[in-house]
Amino acid sequence: MAVTTGRKARWALIDVVVVVYALFPVLWIASLSFKTKETLADGNFIPREWTLQNYADIFATNEFIRPLINSLGIATIATLIAVVLGMMAAYAIARLDFPGKKALIGVSLLIAMFPQISLVTPLFNIESALGLFDTWPGLILPYITFALPLAIYTLSAFFREIPWELEKAAKMDGATPGQAFWRVIAPLAAPGVFTTAILVFIFCWNDFVFAISLTSTEASRTVPAALSFFTGTSQFEDPTGTISAAAVVITVPIVLFVLFFQRRIVAGLTSGAVKG
Amino acid sequence: MAEIVLDKVTKRYPDGALAVSDMDIEIADGEFVILVGPSGCGKSTALNMIAGLEDISSGELRIDGQRANEKAPKDRDIAMVFQSYALYPHMSVRENMAFPLRLAKVDDATVKQKVEEAAEILDLTQHLDRRPSNLSGGQRQRVAMGRAIVRSPKAFLMDEPLSNLDAKLRGQMRTSVSKLQKQLGTTTVYVTHDQTEAMTLGDRVVVLRGGIVQQIGSPQFLYDHPANLFVAGFIGSPSMNFVPATLEEGVLKSPLGTITLTDRVRRLAEAADAPREVVAGIRPEHFEDAALVEETHRASGATFTAPVDVLESMGAEKYAYFTVEEELATTAELQELAADAGATDVPGGGSTIVTRLSASSEAREGQQLQVWFDADRIQLFDPSSGRNLTYSG
Repeated sequence: MAVTTGRKARWALIDVVVVVYALFPVLWIASLSFKTKETLADGNFIPREWTLQNYADIFATNEFIRPLINSLGIATIATLIAVVLGMMAAYAIARLDFPGKKALIGVSLLIAMFPQISLVTPLFNIESALGLFDTWPGLILPYITFALPLAIYTLSAFFREIPWELEKAAKMDGATPGQAFWRVIAPLAAPGVFTTAILVFIFCWNDFVFAISLTSTEASRTVPAALSFFTGTSQFEDPTGTISAAAVVITVPIVLFVLFFQRRIVAGLTSGAVKG
Repeated sequence: MAEIVLDKVTKRYPDGALAVSDMDIEIADGEFVILVGPSGCGKSTALNMIAGLEDISSGELRIDGQRANEKAPKDRDIAMVFQSYALYPHMSVRENMAFPLRLAKVDDATVKQKVEEAAEILDLTQHLDRRPSNLSGGQRQRVAMGRAIVRSPKAFLMDEPLSNLDAKLRGQMRTSVSKLQKQLGTTTVYVTHDQTEAMTLGDRVVVLRGGIVQQIGSPQFLYDHPANLFVAGFIGSPSMNFVPATLEEGVLKSPLGTITLTDRVRRLAEAADAPREVVAGIRPEHFEDAALVEETHRASGATFTAPVDVLESMGAEKYAYFTVEEELATTAELQELAADAGATDVPGGGSTIVTRLSASSEAREGQQLQVWFDADRIQLFDPSSGRNLTYSG
């Protein structure tokens, strides 16, 4: 198909507009992170004086490294648990007919729609009473709760796509229901599992509301919350540069995570299973 | 290898629908049994119950003399070939075939040897490392067979294994399935809706209708002695012609003329206490161009003369189609058969008589032809119950 130059140019223009619109704030933050303290507020997009001092500063203190470890740990554990539980629930919803199935779907949808902010005070009280306040489980638990509906919804759509006969075949080949699930169904649902894992991880990684209200020290404070506590070396110093650098640093894992798993999301993995 | 016994096996779904009713089948060790019937007749349900993929509502399933109702599929030691093949797309052909052995914790050397043996038998050796998605329909079908034979199970269950192949390949695979079964000598239950497969493959055929066994017997026996209208109409291709007739004193009045029944047929009909109104059935192959029938032979049959509507010359034989004036026999059984064959979609398709003539017949389309038929091969059926009144099992 011959694409005329005019048509190409039109599309190129539209693409650029969309990309700039979407990425401009990110690029501005990146630009800020490379500026020196003196040129920070000069309004130039391209820094006049380049520096890596902001990056050196954030990695020189526990103020950033410790929250980064918390973020990674909490998001990874919450994702893992939510995806495993979500897989089981989604499989049950997609394949089995059990009493209360509709109620389960309805309740999980309700949780997904619940405004998180309204739960902050009760959660704070509960976690204080249980001794979960300012601990990793104190964040992991609510993250799993809010990530599960998302996981169940995404995964059950994928499970529905897998031909049921494969499971019957596995049973006939001598598999227990568990073996049939883990050796046949789960590998085929892998693209769905990775998609879900990405979505859940991003949700946990980006959360600010729970992170700021259910933590108080560096024992469990995650990066989004920690950023708001950044100060300069003295109280008169502007922490904009270091905040920008930290923001860039925490965006990187997400980008890597998506790029890494995107390759695993291969469409049409189930082709060839049943008549084509 | 095993014998499989279904003893009054019934499947009733929670909504009350009866899929299989009081099924009694005894399958001997090494036997090849076909379950055949139109869609929705319960044949796949029966197979799934033998496999353990569906619960048995009542009755008993015995494999090798042992009650198997409550056994999980994996403990029955039965392999199944699915209509869709159900190959594991994330595994290579080799891994697909090795899967049952791996689950049975067979050691690696034996797995390799058995998979290669099976691949040899099925001509899959050069495809062992490919993925199912890169194989043709016939190859996928063979992989599915390979996965079944590799662990030498007690029995094979096959659920319309050839129905996704094109006609030519289906013919070839039919022969190889038959050969393979004889070579392995494994008890096999095979489900199909194709009467040709049923006739050619099985030692015995079980004809099902609405979850009820209509008749069990060898293919030839079912063809010669159908127990009722349904079996008579289902077995044989093209299927048997049915015309309404009145029976009086051994004389049959039908749209094909007045026929004096032979002594054999008359005695059978009398013994069966035949009603006055009957349905007469004649197979297409029991007609012949009257000009080609020897004088001495003619007396044993009857003739009718009608214009040939359509003539199909197959080379070795000719099929001539006639239209009869009167309505053809219609009963619930025949309507079901017609619906299954899609004949109801063809207007007027039901009032045609099909005859098979010798290739040397000089029949022409549109011209009158005198057709002879063998009066001794006429079968009479009770129109209300469908029972064969001339049954001589």
